[in-house]
Amino acid sequence: RHMTGEKWHSRARRYESELQSCGLEVAPVEFSDYHPLKSITVTDSKSRRGARKGSTSSSSSSSSSVAPDPLSSMLDGTDPLSMFAAASASESPPTLSQSRKRREKEDEVGVDFEPWSSKRGEILARFTTTEKLSINLFMGSEKGKAPSLASSAVSEKVRTRLEELDDLEEGSQRELLNLSQQDYVNRIEELNQSLKEAWASDQKVKALKIVIQCSKLLSDTAVIQFYPSKFVLITDILDTFGRLVYERIWSMCSDPRPLPDSFTADEVNDTAKETCLNWFFKIASIRELIPRLYVEVALLKCNRFLTKCGIQETVPRLTAMIRGIGDPLVAVYARAYLCRVRLASRTYFLSTLSHWLPSFTEISTAPLAFFPLLGWSALLLNSVMWAFRAEFIATRATDFIGMIKDCDEAGFPQHLLFGSLGRSLACADPPEAERLPILNEAWKVITKVRSPQDYINCAEIWVEFTCRHFTKREVNTVLSDIIKHMTPDRAFEDAYPQLQSVIRKILTYFHDFSVLFSMERFLPFMDMFQKDSVRVGVCLSIMDVFIKHQQEPTRDPVILNALLHVCKTMHDSVNALTLEDEKRSLALLINGFIRMVSFGRDFEQQLSFCVEARATFCNLEPVLVQLIHTVNQLAMETRRVMRGSHSRKTAAFVRACAAYSFITIPSLTSIFSRLNLYLLSGQVALANQCLSQADAFLKAAVSVLPEVPRSISIEGKLRSSEGFLLDFINNFLSALLVVPDHPEAGVLFLVRGLLNMVQDYTWEDNSDAKVHVYISALPLLAAMSQESYLYSIPKVDSNETLYGGDPKFLAEINKLCETLIGQVLDHLKTLGRDESIHRQGSLAFSLFGCLLAHGDLRNNKLNQLAVNLWNLSHKQGYCNTRTSVRTLEFIKHQAQQPDMVHLSDVLHRLTLQSRT
Amino acid sequence: MSASLDIRLKRANKVYHEGEVLAGVVAIVSKEAVQHQGITLTMEGIVNLQLSSKSVGVFEAFYNSVKPIQLITSNIEVVKQGKVPGGKTEIPFEFPLHTKGNKVLYETYHGVFVNIQYTLRCDMKRSLLAKDLSKTCEFMVHCLPQKAKLQPTPVDFTITPETLQNVRERSLLPKFLIRGHLDATNCVITKPLTGELVVESSDVAIKSIELQLVRVETCGCAEGYARDATEIQNIQIAEGDVCHSLPIPIYMVFPRLFTCPTLETINFKVEFEVNVVIVLHDEHLITENFPLKLCRA
Repeated sequence: RHMTGEKWHSRARRYESELQSCGLEVAPVEFSDYHPLKSITVTDSKSRRGARKGSTSSSSSSSSSVAPDPLSSMLDGTDPLSMFAAASASESPPTLSQSRKRREKEDEVGVDFEPWSSKRGEILARFTTTEKLSINLFMGSEKGKAPSLASSAVSEKVRTRLEELDDLEEGSQRELLNLSQQDYVNRIEELNQSLKEAWASDQKVKALKIVIQCSKLLSDTAVIQFYPSKFVLITDILDTFGRLVYERIWSMCSDPRPLPDSFTADEVNDTAKETCLNWFFKIASIRELIPRLYVEVALLKCNRFLTKCGIQETVPRLTAMIRGIGDPLVAVYARAYLCRVRLASRTYFLSTLSHWLPSFTEISTAPLAFFPLLGWSALLLNSVMWAFRAEFIATRATDFIGMIKDCDEAGFPQHLLFGSLGRSLACADPPEAERLPILNEAWKVITKVRSPQDYINCAEIWVEFTCRHFTKREVNTVLSDIIKHMTPDRAFEDAYPQLQSVIRKILTYFHDFSVLFSMERFLPFMDMFQKDSVRVGVCLSIMDVFIKHQQEPTRDPVILNALLHVCKTMHDSVNALTLEDEKRSLALLINGFIRMVSFGRDFEQQLSFCVEARATFCNLEPVLVQLIHTVNQLAMETRRVMRGSHSRKTAAFVRACAAYSFITIPSLTSIFSRLNLYLLSGQVALANQCLSQADAFLKAAVSVLPEVPRSISIEGKLRSSEGFLLDFINNFLSALLVVPDHPEAGVLFLVRGLLNMVQDYTWEDNSDAKVHVYISALPLLAAMSQESYLYSIPKVDSNETLYGGDPKFLAEINKLCETLIGQVLDHLKTLGRDESIHRQGSLAFSLFGCLLAHGDLRNNKLNQLAVNLWNLSHKQGYCNTRTSVRTLEFIKHQAQQPDMVHLSDVLHRLTLQSRT
Repeated sequence: MSASLDIRLKRANKVYHEGEVLAGVVAIVSKEAVQHQGITLTMEGIVNLQLSSKSVGVFEAFYNSVKPIQLITSNIEVVKQGKVPGGKTEIPFEFPLHTKGNKVLYETYHGVFVNIQYTLRCDMKRSLLAKDLSKTCEFMVHCLPQKAKLQPTPVDFTITPETLQNVRERSLLPKFLIRGHLDATNCVITKPLTGELVVESSDVAIKSIELQLVRVETCGCAEGYARDATEIQNIQIAEGDVCHSLPIPIYMVFPRLFTCPTLETINFKVEFEVNVVIVLHDEHLITENFPLKLCRA
């Protein structure tokens, strides 16, 4: 078969009638019908009375009216790392209202307390110290002590035990001084280990001794800020001890079968009871109050082995016993331990409180007037403010302020008390009339705090209250006070977490950026963030809030100036070490800002904003891409406003837009960004009747094509660029239909240029991409030879009009087609070998499809070529039988059209070969 | 080779009363059979009295200790001379706790100058080549409950500088007022000593409040008698400057073995007292003494 020199004739098309004949019928969708694209409507199930809670009905599936932006959702911290970052950022210092609110919500639900395990870690992390600590330990038993007088009668075992207990009480005391916190923790951990070892080696008395030693440490409040952590560490040991004893006694009852979990004292055998009783007698003789109390609490659960209601009876006694502890801090923690062991039931907690204070109900009603009577009122007050529900505190805030003012400053600094009060007021509201006096009173104290660290810790808390209830004026005052306190000696350097928290709180309450930036002290406040990383962090959070909450585009010069400044800070933080991800998220925020800038009809100002932005954000490629899109959009908006007919002025403006894009695109490094933007900008220019600009864009695109590398990096992996390139070329080809030929260049100048580039491009070895481009060019050429084109651009004459179906023009097209087909057929020949026979088949079938759709098969040669291609593609039996069958059906269907009768002739010559 | 001998009483708490039967097993554990010349059990109850050096001088105290008083003694041969097979062998035994004549089984008590102790000893006699095996085990005797119903006798107390005796310079004392009460001074030994104490006021901060349990032992002998008070235990009920006007519980468990119902015999007496001790921060020590009468109910 000699296949060169085929004649091409395009099939004449009547696009409109074709569209009508192949268009599907429109079926109306009833409201209740299922349709996958129909938006989900939510019927409010809450308003329906009697709706079962937790029902599985689909009405609970929610949909928001605004489709979430999958790109910006990344900023919500969907990726785990930024989630961690966000979590740790919000932890120190914690956004109080959130955590408190969450806790209170849990209360309502009925979960009485946070589980100890979560509280435990929080305490250890929070209460640390750099001060030196000391441990008073009563070291090991000294054997060979003088025998006691009662030697003869007391049995050996009893005596050694007594001696050991004596050692424990009077034994050689060793004081370890100057321990760092870590040393201290290690010491206690050593004690914990030796407790376990002693127990494992059956030295029960030694174990008890260790526990007593540990409990004694809790009477030392020398380094008060470490006390909570010490409490946690030591009660861990006590818990271990309690568990060991309980399990030991429990295991004594496992014969013949283990005790059920719900056992009663009746089921416990005498030996176990006796052992248990022994423990209690031993504990009862512990000399000092605090160890005796703690150890007894640790073994509280063991009361179950003795009597039915042993625990219930013991708890009130232990509670009363705590009154003997003079140090209120130690007493409160002892109470806390009792509560914790007593399964933290809330009713019990209240009864503990009622022991602690003369009457709990009285506090709820009386104006807390009796607190000052107590010697340690400041500390108590502080604890009350921490522990009680925020609502309770808030409604009595004025009373509390009165009491705080009455407190003795020496014992407990007032600013800490105000800090605790502020914490409550951050999540519950005091009566409206009291709010301003409260703020004034509080700030009067806070502003007098000398130490910047103390000051900012307290001020930071009160910012929330201020933002919650007052206007920008008050917040501005607070900000200026903070600036005044934190600027001397660059105190702000040690307070970045608190200052950041201040910003976060303001952003939580002030979403209107015109209000925010009209606070005079806001930007000066920002100036205190002088460490780059912190500064960028703050900028990020500002932009984040802006993008989330700014509804309307803005042209407010205050906002624009401030945010441009903020964004510039973010942009300027980018350096060679910045990670791609970081750059991406920065760019996303800046893009969000750019999208929100609109000068309305003042297009020129918008363009000059883009010029300024381009200069400012030149290091972030996605921002430049966004700017080009913005400018293109601006041109199209201008066109819309002018209803397609530009005046001289607007014509000049859209050309300026095109110029903006034309000089911006080359600075992009991503080749496909450049290609796509050249094409897009070319289309925009064309739509705005800027023919020479459009030509320039498209020419630039064609000239860039050879630069496309064979592989590009996508998300850090090297991928073949072929698919992207083919996509782009197809897109480009379809745009070329409406591009009129330049009067000075030859016919089909751009098409030829593109095809030349394609021919010269170094495609991958063994790739059919080039041939695919040739096959795709055929439909374009066929479309160009129609009398009227499939689409056109208003007010732009395309080749259809320019040539008006000139036979010379058509001949050019046909010649080009013939060349292309020739190229394809040559390529098919080279694919005759075994390994590529499959590719030959599918390429032949592609070309066959193209001929069928766009070629005029009345022409015998074309007709014969088509049949040959069909046979070639079916020769090896690799083609998809289903596709072939469908193709035949399509031809049959087409043949029924009036001017397509010739196809039935073709149909007869196409045979379907099965693979066998 | 090695054989072990053990006495296991039936009661886990090893507490028995007069007239009851002390029952248990002698347990012999050995890998091989054990040849022996008889296994005997000896049960004995003894009161040991010792004179304190304070009362009679060191020399006398050493030599002149009063002869022990035997309350009960009994000896039985559990197994005659022979062989105990290898493995674990348990031989049950029973001793009726009956006294001879008008002797009374006093309650077990471990004191300083008075000791009342009941032991059970098992001896396994063996041939010359092997060592004799012996095992001793103490068992506790409790008095029978008192018949008479005990009426609690609450005691109120008030301590001020004025109420104190034995003060050198009363004018130097800081001012204080401490009130309180004991629910009873005639106590059931198995129930704790209870009460309350309130620091109404004190010029000087309180350092500690303690309950000191004291035994008062009296021994009679030819030369007269010796009476000594010694501390049994000291229990702190308040540490540091406690909240004023808030009642602090007084609570103390009577330790086993070291306390017994108050006892008075011809030869010796065992009595108990409690001291409420208040230590002030300037090291002033204020003590209020309460004699107790312990009994079993």
